[in-house]
This record gives sequence, C-alpha cells and structure tokens, in this order.
Amino acid sequence: MPISDWFKAREVRKYTSTSADMPGELPDGVWVKCPSCKHTLYQGDLDRAGDVCLHCGHHFDIDAPRRIAMLADEGTFQETEAGLTSVDPLRFKAAKPYTGSLEKARALSGLPEAIVTGRALVGGHPVMLGVMDFRFIAASMGSAVGEKIARAFRLAGQEQRAVIMVTRSGGARMQEGMLSLMQMAKTAAETERFARQGLPYISVLANPTMGGVTASFAVLADVIYAEPGALIGFAGQRIIEQTIRQSLPKNFRTAEYFEEYGMIDAVVPRGELHSTIALTLDYLAGPGVPNASEGAACPTGLDGGEL
Amino acid sequence: MARFVMEFERPLAELEEKLAELKRLDIAATIQLSDEIAGLEREIDKLRDTLYAALSPWEKVQVSRHPERPKTQDYVEMLFDDVIELHGDRTFGDDEAIMIALATLDGRRCMVIGHRKGKNTKENIKRNFGSPHPEGFRKARRAMKMAEKFNLPVVSLIDTQGAFPGLEAEQRGQAWVIAENLATLASLRTPVVAVGIGEGGSGGALAIGFGDRLIMLENAYYSVITPEACASIIFKDATRAPEAAPCLAMTADDLMRLGIADEIVREPLGGAHRDPAIVYASVARAITSALDELCGKDIDDVLAKRYDRLAMTGVFSEGE
Repeated sequence: MPISDWFKAREVRKYTSTSADMPGELPDGVWVKCPSCKHTLYQGDLDRAGDVCLHCGHHFDIDAPRRIAMLADEGTFQETEAGLTSVDPLRFKAAKPYTGSLEKARALSGLPEAIVTGRALVGGHPVMLGVMDFRFIAASMGSAVGEKIARAFRLAGQEQRAVIMVTRSGGARMQEGMLSLMQMAKTAAETERFARQGLPYISVLANPTMGGVTASFAVLADVIYAEPGALIGFAGQRIIEQTIRQSLPKNFRTAEYFEEYGMIDAVVPRGELHSTIALTLDYLAGPGVPNASEGAACPTGLDGGEL
Repeated sequence: MARFVMEFERPLAELEEKLAELKRLDIAATIQLSDEIAGLEREIDKLRDTLYAALSPWEKVQVSRHPERPKTQDYVEMLFDDVIELHGDRTFGDDEAIMIALATLDGRRCMVIGHRKGKNTKENIKRNFGSPHPEGFRKARRAMKMAEKFNLPVVSLIDTQGAFPGLEAEQRGQAWVIAENLATLASLRTPVVAVGIGEGGSGGALAIGFGDRLIMLENAYYSVITPEACASIIFKDATRAPEAAPCLAMTADDLMRLGIADEIVREPLGGAHRDPAIVYASVARAITSALDELCGKDIDDVLAKRYDRLAMTGVFSEGE
C-alpha cells in the first residue's frame, strides 16, 4: 500500500524540526526538540549520537547518505547504478503529475532515486548495500527502485558478496501502476535466486517500512533486524482503523511488537547496527567458509535454468 | 429475480422497466402497443450498444465487482471435473477467502488456487469478501508446494480487493506471508497459469496471481491499489475513485500494453454475468491452450522464462 498522509505529516515534522518553522524559541539548526520526550537537544550532540535522543533513545529518521556513512566501513562505499532513474511510463497525472513529484524529490533529497546501492565493506566483509531514502516520494518502489534492487542482488551473486538492505518505504509507487506492483514479484524472485547461492542477506527495517516493500524483499532476508520504534507493516494505519472501526494499540506494528510476535530476529539500536551486522556476517559469511553451501559452487549469474 | 443494476446502467435499466410495463399492458389490455414496443426495443438496443461498447476503467471496476459475476467456485464447478477441495494452512486455520482444490480440466490434473468471494452476504461474511488473512496465503502456499511435489500445474484464479487490512492479519504477519508466496511462485517448479477473473487488488492479488501466463478477462482489473484507496490518498476523498481509476493503468488492455498480461478473454456485452456459459467455455479454452504449451516444455526452461519475464518488467532510464 502506498503511504498515507499520516506518514507525510510525520515526515514534514521531522525534516523541519531544525528549521525556523518550529514554533518559537529555538535558534536555527542548533537545537532540536525530541518528538518523543520533548527534551531539547544540541544538534552537535545528536549528530554524535547517530541521531538518537540522548534522553529517551528515540531514533530520529535519517537519510540514505547518513545511513551509509554509519554502516559501511569508512571510505569503502562505491555507488552502483547511480544513473538508473524513474521515468513516467503511465503519464500519471491525478492531482499532481508524477514528473513534478520526481523533480521535487530529486531537489529535496539531492538523490537521483529513492534507493542508493553500492559495494562496501562491513566489518571487513564485502557486501552490496542498499539504503532507501524516505525523502524521495516516501521511498516508494517503482520500476527504477525494483531494478536497482534486482541488480544489487545479481551483482552480489556474481561477486560473492552478502547483501544488506536498509528499508524505509511507504510501499509500492502507485504512480507507476501495475509496473510497480510487479516489482514486488521481481525483487522476491531475486532474493530467492540469491539465496540459492548460499550467500547471506540481512535486512534492517527502519522507520517506516510498509506495504509492498515489507511484503517483498524486505522480509525475505536470512536475518531481519529492525530499529527501535520503527513502524512496520502491510496495510496503512488509517485503512486498518477504517476497516475494523477501532483504535489501534499504542505499540501496534512497531519493531518491538513484531519482535514479540516472532516476525523479526531482533530490535537493534542504531549505535549497535554496524557491529551487529559485522558479527552476523562473521557467522554467515565467515572467513574460511565463504562458500559453505553447495549452491555457491555454481558459476554465478549463468544459472538461468536453475532459478 | 431483479438483476443488480450498476450505476452506469441505470438509464438502460429504466428503459427496460418501461418496456416490461408496456408488454404487461399489451397483454392485459386490448390496446395495441406493438409499435411503441418495437420502438422502445430499438432504442434499448442502441443504448445497450453505446453503453457497453467502450466501458471506462471505472465502469469496468463496477462490472468486475458485479455480485452475479462468476466467482472462483463457479469456475471450479463449471470447468473442472473430479474436484477435491482441500482445507487449512496446517498452522492456524482454514481461511475460506482462499479456495484450493485438486481438479481436472479437460483430462489434465491440476491444482486450483483462487480467491473466493461469497455469492450473498452470509457467504461473504464467512469468506471475508474474498480478502485473505495470513492463513489464507499460507493455505495457498501449501497448495503451491504440493503442486510442485506432484507435478501438477497450478491454475490460479484472481478475484480480491486485496489482503485483509486488519489488526490480527498484521499481527500474524500479512506482509511476511505475501512475500513468501511471491518468492515461492517465482521459483515453483511446475507451470503456473494465472487468470484475472474479477478484481485484482494489490499485493493480496499478486500473492497467488502471477506465473508463466497471465490471462485477463476483458472487464477484470489488476492494480497496485484499489481506485478508492488511491483516491483517498491523492484527493483525500475515496468517492473520487472514478477519477483515479483511469490513472492507474489497471484494465486488461492496459496490462497487455504494459506487457504484463498475455491474453484477454472477451466477455459478452455488458459483462461475464450476462452469459456465464460463454465465459466458462472461453476461459477453459484459454487455460487449456496455455497449459498445453507449458506442460510440454522442460521445467527449467519454463522457470528461466518466468524469471526473465519478471526481470524485464519495469520502465526506467539508464541515464547517459
């Protein structure tokens, strides 16, 4: 399901939280108020803490470049497929034209598309890293996002790398209609193919991960981590409320909620993500046994008949 | 029985009522009304032709939801022999919004998987209006794996507004089971023929609804989001669904144009419910010919093609 207004409102709040739009008192860009505990935080302290509130541990939403800087071993990230971008195949024009939304998203994020992919090392392990950026049309998955994910998995297979996907998304990109729904099947097919090579895939569900992204590649990982407080689910919050006509429990569909219900492996605080992923890779792609499974013996990328 | 009248059919329904009234008078009274009757009949024929000749996407959505439109259980009953319906997901329960059955089509043994709506309110409540919970998708996945194990081709019948958006459905991992079904279908070692018979709502449709062939009924739709939900996001107003529908490229024709569907099965004027027998025959022919083609092939080739189909789906720019 595409993103509801609820997310948009939330997002606007967050990205303007350091600007002069904040009601009163706080000088530009120096102080930030935590939306959870309302403590006023010094921006410099918040930066050093990885955008996690020093008082209550609230995880502020972060963009793709910042996420990559936190996850990849220093200086190792090499972007792939940076030139692969969305077009407007349906000439979508309801309310606002899709081309306009794309332009705005590019200007706002400084990114060409809603996911950044690239080669990197994490704890010394070669990986393909994919990070979604919510500022780009709610990081919705259209043809370009689906293709970048598919290529990331294929390249990882060819180069014997693990895959790490950090997801944040409102779901499928409705402006591309069925082409975008089919990206769910396409990315799921790639995870399946990749899995057969015995290489590890770890996903990190960040706030929020919804709709067609959750219901495809995001949860098809060998190990699923999620950030504290991240909202995760399939249907939009408002649609559920309208359907069942009751208000939803307070922690409904948070990372902690799904940990309790057995749907994810662990809630991992942002500060521990890099070391946790590195350690997980030590087990799953550990030195000495990089090709432990039989599938990995196949010539990669050429096993079309074998899917 | 009074026929269910769709919004756009109302002018026609009014004329038809008038005609029935005239015919009653004609029989009861001594007045000769044959000229009036003949005139009205001509008018009705003309209106019917223009009304149904080129349905708008929103009108097709209405046809696809017509309560008398043939449903999964009708196709199973009318097309297949020696049907054994199977039940349950072996984990939680038996979701009646999904039907799975061993069934024989024209002498060929198959596994049928379909979304199942009810034919009346009571049935619809039991079947949750064809919107599955996680146990429904798990039941479908069980059928897929069984089909693979016993070399039965899968025939999947798509007819849902979507996966059920409820608290418990989310709690039990709606997103997880859909994702697992997608991965399973993408790699299932048996041919899969999907048929859009009515509504194709988003991930809940896709979770059983793709494979080696996609056959669409003329008035069926398949969409990333229902027009109502789309309208409520972009216009903040679900009642503007008629405006959202044409933007989503969700009709059978759109899907052919986008290379997602392979074939359209024509429906009688006005929709499949006007003459189901014709539709059953054409759907049976379309499925049979797809299976004839697929079942004769090496399964590795079938899978390679299925993968290529998915890998090629998408329109984007590669930059300079």
